[in-house]
Amino acid sequence: MTARLDAAAERLLRDLAPQVLGAVVRRFGDFAAAEDAVQEALIAAATQWPKEGLPDNPRGWLVQVAARRMTDHIRSESARRRREAAAATDVEWTAPAPDHESLNLASSFGASARADDDTLVLLFMCCHPALTPSSAIALTLRAVGGLTTAQIANAFFVPEATMAQRISRAKQTIRSSGVPFGLPARHERGERLRTVLHVLYLIFNEGYTSSVGSNLLRPELSREAIRLTRVVHALLSDDTEVAGLLALMLLTDARRAARSGPDGELIPLTKQDRAQWDRNQIAEGIALISATLPKGSIGEYQLQAAIAAVHDEASSAEKTDWPQILALYGVLRRLSDNPMVMLNHAIATAMVHGPLAGLELLRALDADGRLTGHHRVDAVRAHLMELAGDRASAIAHYKKAAGRTTNIAERDYLLMQAARLGEREA
Amino acid sequence: MKYMLMMGGTKAGWDTFTAWPKQDLQAHIGFMKSFNKELSASGELVAAEGLAVPAQARVVRAGKDGLPITDGVFPEAKEFLAGYWIVDVDSPERAYAIAARASAAPGPGGAPMNMPIEVRQVMSGPPDELL
Repeated sequence: MTARLDAAAERLLRDLAPQVLGAVVRRFGDFAAAEDAVQEALIAAATQWPKEGLPDNPRGWLVQVAARRMTDHIRSESARRRREAAAATDVEWTAPAPDHESLNLASSFGASARADDDTLVLLFMCCHPALTPSSAIALTLRAVGGLTTAQIANAFFVPEATMAQRISRAKQTIRSSGVPFGLPARHERGERLRTVLHVLYLIFNEGYTSSVGSNLLRPELSREAIRLTRVVHALLSDDTEVAGLLALMLLTDARRAARSGPDGELIPLTKQDRAQWDRNQIAEGIALISATLPKGSIGEYQLQAAIAAVHDEASSAEKTDWPQILALYGVLRRLSDNPMVMLNHAIATAMVHGPLAGLELLRALDADGRLTGHHRVDAVRAHLMELAGDRASAIAHYKKAAGRTTNIAERDYLLMQAARLGEREA
Repeated sequence: MKYMLMMGGTKAGWDTFTAWPKQDLQAHIGFMKSFNKELSASGELVAAEGLAVPAQARVVRAGKDGLPITDGVFPEAKEFLAGYWIVDVDSPERAYAIAARASAAPGPGGAPMNMPIEVRQVMSGPPDELL
């Protein structure tokens, strides 16, 4: 293998990726082609920098390489169009091909304030409402996160060709939607920011609880989601929900090391070794959410972060301040119609008022119907039935949940729960 | 050469599996994990997937209008694909040896299950000169 970038250079490269892309899109206009050109520049940097050392102006270096790729692309495109036009009309082509190479590209691109704006603009573009979540996630990771197609494909367990196609389709969708390269109109910005945060949260969750396959955790995705949310928070430090989401990610991710055993098996919150929790990350998350809540513009991410903070502050599962968690879920329920919130509210209710009160709320959730057949409902019902002393029903529901989850680590955990209770019964 | 190793099972088989004692479940799950790790370490594993339980299985056909018609209630004894491995090996014998290891995964009481594993060669693409 050839020399590899060290961690600091890798971080620099990834931070610069959206800035360079912004600069190139501004100059040439074609987002899809510019994105490809920047990707090639990043790959060139990853192979050349370890050998030749970091350039004096890494950003300028990347912009220049990407711009050169763009000119090549424009040349071959216009040559192709020329051939097509000549074939179609048999008329001599006259206009000269653009020659951008004569310009001093690196220095003609904007200052860092513009670079920051570009990162936001790109996030808004990549999280465009016309894209499906999986497309938005892939495009965000590549265009804003600076990950290679191979890395993204690897994180989602799909072949590289599949991911390349997904990204290329996403760019076509953006192109045909005709959005200009710029921030959305002021009145649309709030709504679009929610979509951005949602996509970042999906990336985080995909890394924290993989929805497919045998790996419970894919830390690289969660780390990337945190890094990107930090970038957004740095740019929009007054937005309380951005701060809330960042705090939520930090406070959740802090438990990562304790969350799975040596063979990747799932360890639930109550059984985790809290000494393994990342204290620095918890402190950062708590400081962030404590500073944000008093600002008054309360939202779902902030409330979820506050709940995560209560869990993280407890020195043992028994010492968890469930009444406070229940109160927070009460507020969250008024704010959100999400059935998962109803489910978690039922758990908190059970912890404060006993399992029967929790089971009562689960019946309301059944009537609601939106989570019908979801393994989480079966798993929670099994747990509450176990607490209520109804072992046979608990076993049946653990098995039902095991049959419904598509995560192998979770399935194994649920089967073990059923088997554990079965043994005690025997 | 690539081979697909297919492990089958019935809905009734899944129900039996969920009723195994904890120790036996643990041994079985542990075996499958280290088996996959071994195959991956030897450079022979191309892909491996476990499929969700047959209770969620549906057979789909297109109706006259091209829309899906799903069929989903199957007899207990119907065989389903439970999971598969694709391995890239040097000989069919090696593929059979890997399949035999999977077949002998520990069952109740730690005894080898000797379950049937269907081994099929994966067809390759056309040779270059035909492209």
